[in-house]
Amino acid sequence: MSIDSMFVHKMWNDHELEHMVKGGIPYPMLSDAGGKVGTVYGVYDENAGVEARGRFIIDPDGVVQGYEVLTPPVGRNVNETFRQLQAFQLVRETKGGEATPSGWRPGKKTLKPGINLVGKVWKEWKTTDAFD
Amino acid sequence: MAEEAAVGCARPTGGPVGEENQNETLQSQETLKEERSMIKVGQKAPDFIAPGYHKGAFVNVKLSDYLGKWVLLCFYPGDFTFV
Repeated sequence: MSIDSMFVHKMWNDHELEHMVKGGIPYPMLSDAGGKVGTVYGVYDENAGVEARGRFIIDPDGVVQGYEVLTPPVGRNVNETFRQLQAFQLVRETKGGEATPSGWRPGKKTLKPGINLVGKVWKEWKTTDAFD
Repeated sequence: MAEEAAVGCARPTGGPVGEENQNETLQSQETLKEERSMIKVGQKAPDFIAPGYHKGAFVNVKLSDYLGKWVLLCFYPGDFTFV
């Protein structure tokens, strides 16, 4: 979503993005002229008249589980977005029975919060697990 | 005379020049205070309808139509920005 019109979205897709993504952009490119939606989400900059690189993960109940906002010159890390999405999905599937510690990615050990884990995380998780 | 402008990743914009209208400035500062708060994690995402372009067609998208699915909502400064 950006403040550009859907006509400009079409031109960008047809003339540039289609050369990068076969078949063009697979998801809807939304127009937020005037930045009204961006203002509600806290990413619209009135002075510049544009939206920051905001990324929101919204769960199936419509609840915001996480977000990241960057200024224009720095791009996102899509792998990190997917990692977070997979982590939130796992937590949801286990109904909160499992939590994903720092550095978790699919396949790595989760933690099971509960009275038996109090003060025992050091046995289950090492600082080296925080890194890939 | 028009000067050549540097091209960066932020979409360049202009605005009125000259003396500022005092009343307008005061008013906008007050509304800014009220509106400028980030939405919170763990709370409902504000619903919206937005026009857009999707696979060769112009569409209207309502966020709440996606209830039951995971949604990644991404904002960016503008089409044809470089990053």
